[in-house]
Amino acid sequence: MRFTVLYLARLRDALGCGNEQVELPESSTVATLIDSLRGRGGAWASELAAGRAVRVAVNQEMTDIAAALRDGDEVALFPPVTGG
Amino acid sequence: MPVRVQTQDFDAGREIAALRGSDARVGAVASFIGVVRDHHDGDQVSAMFLEHYPGMTERELDKICAEARSRWDVYDTLVVHRVGEMRPTDQIVLVAVTSAHRGEAFAACEFIMDYLKTRAPFWKREQTPDGSRWVEARTTDDDAAARWTASAAPST
Repeated sequence: MRFTVLYLARLRDALGCGNEQVELPESSTVATLIDSLRGRGGAWASELAAGRAVRVAVNQEMTDIAAALRDGDEVALFPPVTGG
Repeated sequence: MPVRVQTQDFDAGREIAALRGSDARVGAVASFIGVVRDHHDGDQVSAMFLEHYPGMTERELDKICAEARSRWDVYDTLVVHRVGEMRPTDQIVLVAVTSAHRGEAFAACEFIMDYLKTRAPFWKREQTPDGSRWVEARTTDDDAAARWTASAAPST
């Protein structure tokens, strides 16, 4: 299945990527996605390492790494928010 | 229950007057304005850029205001949040709440601000003499938001 991944704010700068299409096997979760991204090494491995504060939204709803992904989803990865 | 995200500045007096309208039930209006400081963690800040996640931002703000209205007896809520380039002394955010009495209005206004700071997808990047840097989230903001949960367990 194929979906869009957005990288926002500091994460976009650190990864040098704002958005991309990602292809993963059926029944993948956010955790599967993050594992696959870490496998690219470099900034991907360090920025998305376990223990780093990364938040995730699927279709613009906050969720966690156990969330199942579906074809066509919009997944966003970003640092903790700092508005207001 | 308007929620707006915009680049341009706002006139708080006009916004609050519009929120109250001619609602004669209103006995209290509480408001908060967040402003760009010229310093942060000991460094001079000459400018600030605010990014957000269009679509999700508005949905999260709507949810936070709906939650405030379900917890307190308030008539209406308003959130105006700016994005883009700002300078010290510029206004960033306005939250306003109307109710019959001040207690509800103060509490709902503070709740909306505390939740906005930990849930609404905004990010600040500030310009200092050493260059531009993304602002790190503060654990004190998480603590402030956690005060509003029923089982306010201390965050670790």
